[in-house]
Amino acid sequence: MRPLRIVPDETSFDFMRFRRISFPISAVMSILAISLYFFHGLNFGIDFKGGTLLEVQVKADKADLAKMRTTIGGLGLGDFQLQEFGNPRDVLIRISEQPGGDEAQQAAVSKVRGAFGDSVEYRRVEVVGPRVSTELLSYGTIGLISAIGAIFVYLWFRFEWQFALGAMIANVHDLVLTIGFMSVTQIDFDLTSIAALLTILGYSLNDTVVIYDRIREMLRRYKRITMADLLNISINSTLSRSVITHVTVAMALLALLLFGGQAIHSFTATMMFGVVLVGTYTSIFIAAPVLIYLGVGQGRTEHVEKPEKE
Amino acid sequence: MLHFTRWKTIAILATAFFVMLCAVPNFLPRSMVDSWPKWAQRHVVLGLDLQGGSHLLLEVDGNAVRKEMAQNLVDDIRRALREARIGYTGLAVRGNGAEVRIRQANDYQRGLEKLRALSQPLGGILASTGKRNIDVTDAGNGLIRLAITDPAILDRIRQSVEQSIQIVERRINELGTVEPLIQREGTDRILVQVPGLQDPTRLKELLGKTAKLDFRLVDSTITAEQAEQSGVPADDELLKGKQGESYVIKKAIAVSGAELTDAQPGFDQRTSEPIVSFRFNSSGARKFAQITQENVGRPFAIVLDNQVISAPVIREPIIGGSGQISGNFTVQEANDLAILLRAGALPAPLTIIEERTVGPGLGQDSIAKGITASYVGSALVIIFMLATYLLFGVFANIAVAVNVAMIFGVLSLLNATLTLPGIAGIVLTVGIAVDSNVLIYERIREEARAGRTTINAIDAGFSRALATILDSNITTFIAAAVLFYIGTGPVRGFAVTLGIGIVTTVFTAFTLTRLIVAYWVWWVRPQRVPM
Repeated sequence: MRPLRIVPDETSFDFMRFRRISFPISAVMSILAISLYFFHGLNFGIDFKGGTLLEVQVKADKADLAKMRTTIGGLGLGDFQLQEFGNPRDVLIRISEQPGGDEAQQAAVSKVRGAFGDSVEYRRVEVVGPRVSTELLSYGTIGLISAIGAIFVYLWFRFEWQFALGAMIANVHDLVLTIGFMSVTQIDFDLTSIAALLTILGYSLNDTVVIYDRIREMLRRYKRITMADLLNISINSTLSRSVITHVTVAMALLALLLFGGQAIHSFTATMMFGVVLVGTYTSIFIAAPVLIYLGVGQGRTEHVEKPEKE
Repeated sequence: MLHFTRWKTIAILATAFFVMLCAVPNFLPRSMVDSWPKWAQRHVVLGLDLQGGSHLLLEVDGNAVRKEMAQNLVDDIRRALREARIGYTGLAVRGNGAEVRIRQANDYQRGLEKLRALSQPLGGILASTGKRNIDVTDAGNGLIRLAITDPAILDRIRQSVEQSIQIVERRINELGTVEPLIQREGTDRILVQVPGLQDPTRLKELLGKTAKLDFRLVDSTITAEQAEQSGVPADDELLKGKQGESYVIKKAIAVSGAELTDAQPGFDQRTSEPIVSFRFNSSGARKFAQITQENVGRPFAIVLDNQVISAPVIREPIIGGSGQISGNFTVQEANDLAILLRAGALPAPLTIIEERTVGPGLGQDSIAKGITASYVGSALVIIFMLATYLLFGVFANIAVAVNVAMIFGVLSLLNATLTLPGIAGIVLTVGIAVDSNVLIYERIREEARAGRTTINAIDAGFSRALATILDSNITTFIAAAVLFYIGTGPVRGFAVTLGIGIVTTVFTAFTLTRLIVAYWVWWVRPQRVPM
């Protein structure tokens, strides 16, 4: 029986040729993502903005959103959002943070419960007061930054500093693009999103480290070929592994996306974008070529036509 | 790489088997597991998002504690100076302390000494710091300032939290819920998790009330309207009743609710309205007897959290130390008040700063969806691995299956909490666990293509790949560790399963996969690498 081969055994695609295109594209995308963050903004959930979230299931066959909107509107609770959540009977109600501290949030919940009474089943209620939301936001940001820092230190320890820096550039780029994605789709940005971002960071690095490991081995083995050729060889030889792993992770994520339900939907969608789409691209087209620009393998001449093996 | 001594083999298999065994209690019926010894009962705890239940984060009102400490300091100062017969003026709360002016210059030194005596070294765990609880400073011109030190305040807040936890526990137990989790979080917060509780409204009401009950005399020399107009006398304060009517109540507490030994809901014998009957301890009974004897015919007020719930007239002296409170209660209100009185008054008000409640419907849905996604994801991966690596795909699948079983085993051993993101973490681990095997296998194929003999190729594949596996997994582990540290609840559950998954993945890659392949090589003596 012949095994399945997605990637042929001896590929020799010239990936490095694209770095003159991939770098500008990445730069543009990053700037786009950053400006999206500042101008379009993220859809911060109550974890970071404070407020109340209620997931209710109406006992009737279908939720009458318009009627529910008027009911809540009449309670004088300020800004609120109502949306269908997965099926016609499930409604997600989001109420912005009430002025007046924690007691005010509790009062708002009682009002809503009073207004709807028994006509709905309360699947989930979350109330986050102003203090907790500020804390969660700062913890989340500090967490991301410290993870980046810790990993940078570890990589510097295991590889040379150029590798550590290269990996950081590639992976911060991943995070930036993912945040841009979240801004465009206005996906809920809450604590689980931070979890997704950190996981994307971890997995992307996984990839990058595998390629760097191979590059380091090649650097020791082949002293006379150009950096660009060496990088090409490294990527080509790990290409099979990269593709197969990405396919398996994509399958796992796809299962979660299709069958995991609404509760973790934003989490899995973010992961899918960050790990499968962006992660692969940056490992190959950013993480590797950036080493040239950081000066790894200087002293090897460019434009050598034939690689010499020792 | 492929050489395994018999002992090594046994050790590896035994470890894997033992850890997998730890996962067993999760799948057997509860009744069976409960009869086992405690150490064998360890199992995974379902998070609130899977079980359904309420999560409340309460914060002790630090400002209330501060104010009370300052007020007590004022009382102490007053007592100390009066005993020493030192004249003073301007005694008032100031910031986190108080200030007072000694009237006569020749009293000043004595006054300062007496007040200095109020300051004491901090006790308990703070004793070694040598700090005191009050700083007394001479502010010139006969003015003495006393400030309560920050360590003293923090210490009192810490004590309040400890006390509050006990009282919260008692109040919650009255609701008859399943094993609530009540623990302190940070310096001034209490985490309450009640599995299975769908509607926390009643719980919130019980926890929101301080429930400080006092019995005080009503000042019948002045009516409420007069007091509002001409000012409240120094010994009194103006309090409102349930319907908003005003009372002039003496500040002095005749008997405190802390001296109650029991409180039960009941019905008035004559009017059949809901009431709460209570009983005092012996010192409380004595005080109560004395007050009622001295004040027959006058009204006395029952004050709950600074609200007058009832102000009956004393008809006769009550010597037995028991009585009843009626205040237009509903049955529920009488019940709740009895609960609150039995459990005790909170030392400081608690505010609910975070609440997350998941109904059982959503919890069960989440579990079902999580399980489905796990099955589908695993199936896809298994099929793909078989197709890509044939026989070695079988080895990889066995390793991944053992991996997942071990994850559950470790989670059980730690009595860890499994949440919905945690299930997602396990599914992701399946995706990434395969990666270690892929790294090994691709390296083997490469070495074989480069011309090595079969056994050498396999050996080289393992040795070259394992270093890479370690490096790449450590970076993901760092991310999981950070996430564990900053996350709460469901997110933490994800970090835990991810972290454990990485450890078991590295373990199975280094040992189990290698073991299986080694035995296969030894058994089959292959001529070529079959993938």
